[in-house]
Amino acid sequence: MKARVTVTLKNGILDPQGKAIEGALKSLGIDGVASVRQGKVFDIELGANADKAKAEAVLKDAADKLLANTVIENYRVEVLG
Amino acid sequence: MKSAVLVFPGINRERDMARALKLVSGNDAAMVWHADTELPKGTDLVVVPGGFSYGDYLRCGAIAARAPVMDAVRKFAADGGLVLGVCNGFQILCESGLLPGVLMRNAGLKFICRDVHLRVERNDTPFTRGYQAGQVITVPVAHGEGNYEADEETLKRLEGEGRVLYRYCSPTGEVGEAHNINGAAASIAGIVSERGNVLGMMPHPENHVEDIMGSTDGRGLFAGLAEHLKKAA
Repeated sequence: MKARVTVTLKNGILDPQGKAIEGALKSLGIDGVASVRQGKVFDIELGANADKAKAEAVLKDAADKLLANTVIENYRVEVLG
Repeated sequence: MKSAVLVFPGINRERDMARALKLVSGNDAAMVWHADTELPKGTDLVVVPGGFSYGDYLRCGAIAARAPVMDAVRKFAADGGLVLGVCNGFQILCESGLLPGVLMRNAGLKFICRDVHLRVERNDTPFTRGYQAGQVITVPVAHGEGNYEADEETLKRLEGEGRVLYRYCSPTGEVGEAHNINGAAASIAGIVSERGNVLGMMPHPENHVEDIMGSTDGRGLFAGLAEHLKKAA
């Protein structure tokens, strides 16, 4: 079973890396980009027997305890099946 | 003073720290491996040194904060033991929940490696008693992610409870955006926990303790700790 955890910065948290990427896109002449926020994606392989509800609980636990710093980040858990 | 210096893979300031502790207290610090589950008996100061634990993977300090030894450090701190975290050590203490807030990328995006001025906000704590309140000291910084941030309520509590011990400032002690090297909220360079027994700071006092280093301004922090622990003993 495959799953994905996406971690993004909360609104209002300054993201200097995103700003730098935004600047680089502009200097490349890529038009139409209003702003960039950088985040992280974790692709996670779960045991074959896991059921979906249990998998979601495991991933939520993983995100709360390690993958995200919930002071500044939000996360989203997806079980891809 | 019986100190324990934690050693994680990728830490590189542990020897500087041990040298400073020995210089001031006369005792060798115990070097404690991250996979250990106990601190040496009789430890009265735990130091989390600087460096790049686990290559700063995931977030600075995030993986070290979950190492087995940190459970022992949490227990030690809960019992009132003194904990000092410097640079990556500060990041680790924030990630481990021993201190509030988070250290973000420097506002100017650049790694900053130079001497800075710090204002000592109060001197009635174990971590500052070696200085005068309002004294300006010069110590080096070396970090890319030292921009301290916390939610408004936390910042209000830190200020209200007098838990900001060190702030970036001008050579004459003025605090302001012009002297705030990394964009930290309220120019915060170092804070203590609610009980006042855990200090995290970005600058490196251990690198200004001998004349050959160009300044001995960092010595007061260690001398104050040694004096505090001697009195407590």
